[in-house]
Amino acid sequence: MENFVDVFLFGKCYSVPENLTIMGAMEYAGYQLVRGCGCRNGFCGACATIYRIRGDRELKVCLACQTKVENNMYVATLPFFPLIKEVYDIEKVSPTEAVMMQLYPEIYACVGCNACTKSCTQGLNVMQYIAYAQRGDFEKCAEESFDCVMCGVCSSRCPAGISHPQVALLARRLNGKYLAPESAHLKERVKEIRDGKFEELLSDLMGKPVEELKELYNNREIEQ
Amino acid sequence: MYTGELLASAKKVEAARDANLALEPARMTAEEKDSLLETWHPDYKTSEFEELRIGVNRGDKVPHELAALLEGCPRIGAPDVDLSKIDYDTDVLIIGGGGAGSSAAIEADKNGARCMIVTKLRIGDANTMMAEGGIQAADKPNDSPAIHYLDAFGGGHFAAKPELLYKLVNEAPEAIEWLNGLGVEFDKAPDGTMITTHGGGTSRKRMHAARDYTGAEIMRTLRDEVLNRGIPVIDYTAAVELILDEDGKCAGAVLMNMETRELKIARAKTVILATGGAGRLHYQGFPTSNHYGATADGLILGYRVGAKLLYADTLQYHPTGAAYPDQIFGALVTEKVRSLGAKLVNAEGEVFMHPLETRDVCAASIIRECAGRGKGVKTPDGSGVWLDTPMIEKKGGEGTILARIPAMYRMFAKYGIDIRTEPILVYPTLHYQNGGLDITPDGMTCVENLYAAGEVVGGIHGRNRLMGNSLLDVIVFGRNAGREASEKSKSVTTGALTLGHIDAFNRERAEAGLDSGTVSPKLLPTYTHGNPDFHKMPF
Repeated sequence: MENFVDVFLFGKCYSVPENLTIMGAMEYAGYQLVRGCGCRNGFCGACATIYRIRGDRELKVCLACQTKVENNMYVATLPFFPLIKEVYDIEKVSPTEAVMMQLYPEIYACVGCNACTKSCTQGLNVMQYIAYAQRGDFEKCAEESFDCVMCGVCSSRCPAGISHPQVALLARRLNGKYLAPESAHLKERVKEIRDGKFEELLSDLMGKPVEELKELYNNREIEQ
Repeated sequence: MYTGELLASAKKVEAARDANLALEPARMTAEEKDSLLETWHPDYKTSEFEELRIGVNRGDKVPHELAALLEGCPRIGAPDVDLSKIDYDTDVLIIGGGGAGSSAAIEADKNGARCMIVTKLRIGDANTMMAEGGIQAADKPNDSPAIHYLDAFGGGHFAAKPELLYKLVNEAPEAIEWLNGLGVEFDKAPDGTMITTHGGGTSRKRMHAARDYTGAEIMRTLRDEVLNRGIPVIDYTAAVELILDEDGKCAGAVLMNMETRELKIARAKTVILATGGAGRLHYQGFPTSNHYGATADGLILGYRVGAKLLYADTLQYHPTGAAYPDQIFGALVTEKVRSLGAKLVNAEGEVFMHPLETRDVCAASIIRECAGRGKGVKTPDGSGVWLDTPMIEKKGGEGTILARIPAMYRMFAKYGIDIRTEPILVYPTLHYQNGGLDITPDGMTCVENLYAAGEVVGGIHGRNRLMGNSLLDVIVFGRNAGREASEKSKSVTTGALTLGHIDAFNRERAEAGLDSGTVSPKLLPTYTHGNPDFHKMPF
């Protein structure tokens, strides 16, 4: 027999099987989700959720698709949060501290409360990556924030009004484009292709009968 | 933490680990693969397919679930809207906000065209976001686009359209360079050399990655670039019908607000369908690794105005969907786990195949191990085999898992399974639509001014797709469609708009005796998780 638990969706009680995720519980209760549901797999950040277990003082956060229901769980979803997304031209910005000051000056108003880190649904050290961004250390900011799914819960808890996921995204793009080492072999290959180096090889393959291609394929050398 | 029978079986896997690690399992011969596929691959189960009774592909076989939608009832009729009231007027209308749609938008914008994206959820709610393992490109000295071509052509059973595959492999390095230039953070060695691995069926290590968030890293960067460019993104708005002009050329779409159900008219000189795949149709009852909106909408919209489908009967079942615990049943366990050294092991602790065969072969082999040989592990949802993840730490050194596949670690850790020390249970999950709309190398379907890009397209990969060629395909063909459709838009004069095709389609349905009430496009799946049906009263 399935065991059931009481879950309070936006304050209203529903009895649902205990093995469901919060997202599953909403659907079991009869919701047809439109908002607050995306990849259902922990990558898209659409289903940020805040909950409290009755009798518990602590407010918890999670992704609804990744979290099992508990008895007496009070659930509120956060399908949208008004993050600030500043517009910039990636070709014209440079990876210096000044760009953060210009686009996201509020990061310097961080009061160090660490509410962002405590609320991260991915368990990231959010306050630390903001500190790196303040210093213009984009490589470290990128590294520390890499697993961010941009659900926005951190920003909802921030007294300084920081849009952490957008700050981190800017840092990662700056790092990826300007700071990470260039790939010489990639540049070289793109040039070779532009020069038409592989045209003959390719058109030769494309012109071969299938039987011959099968022979080539089945006997091709595989890199160890 | 496993208990009971699962724990007992996991112990066998642990006991055999060192011996299994040293083992180099043989690859299958071409004949072995053919017979395995015919017997065990879901695509070969004829009872699961039916012939289409109407439309340009009449007589072709497709899965029952897709046939029901392709032959389904349109959501609207021509009298429901007033085509003289244009709500959005643009050069290039892009339907779908995933990797292909976003790439197309960036290129169309760069080419000076007015463009807009409409998407039924949010921009980025797409399979691109969930692609974990990587993206292929032949950019190493021991590799070449020709070797990439042969790998993909053979892996797809020699059925790909050569001119499309040529484009895919030859433009791959430039696609990586483009993404890198937008700021995508690929895994690199300190000297800048891309860290690349094998995928199933590759003969060179050409899988580029951004940890196991490759698709997410690409998607969030593309989304940011779309927003930086000020390209309009109309979210929570689905296309429910394409609009043609009096000459039969595609000229826009009827849109529906997903929340208010309001209908709007978008007129465009060219239209790009970039609506993605169909995992949420759950063919043959399989779970899926796909995002919530993967309901084949683009195939339905295109088919109804006469766009042809190619290989709509071939689906990809990713060999390693999570089989346990049931909260993540069907979720993707990236192929990169095998690229990094984890092997597939049965309930007895035996390695039963080479872990890097192509996906169709690998999926069929796992199904055989469970259903044919009785060597699967029983789970609450069915059965599965072990993927011995601790091998990765033994092979690559302690810390490899957290550095290279943190998302996988996190996904299982939430349910008390530490993949660094415990193996995981996997079973095939519905992952990818190999077939789709037929296009020419300029990205156009057989309906003039209707383009398609991304998973909605068929023919690039043939009848099976290699890991890492889908992220590549959305970038190469997304950009391609954006460039071509925007260029074409410069010379298009749109005639009077019409929805006459709906009446024609309904007549065809009636003549074929099709009277199902199934409404399509489906837009979203409905789940009740076993809740006994209850009658919902209207307000």
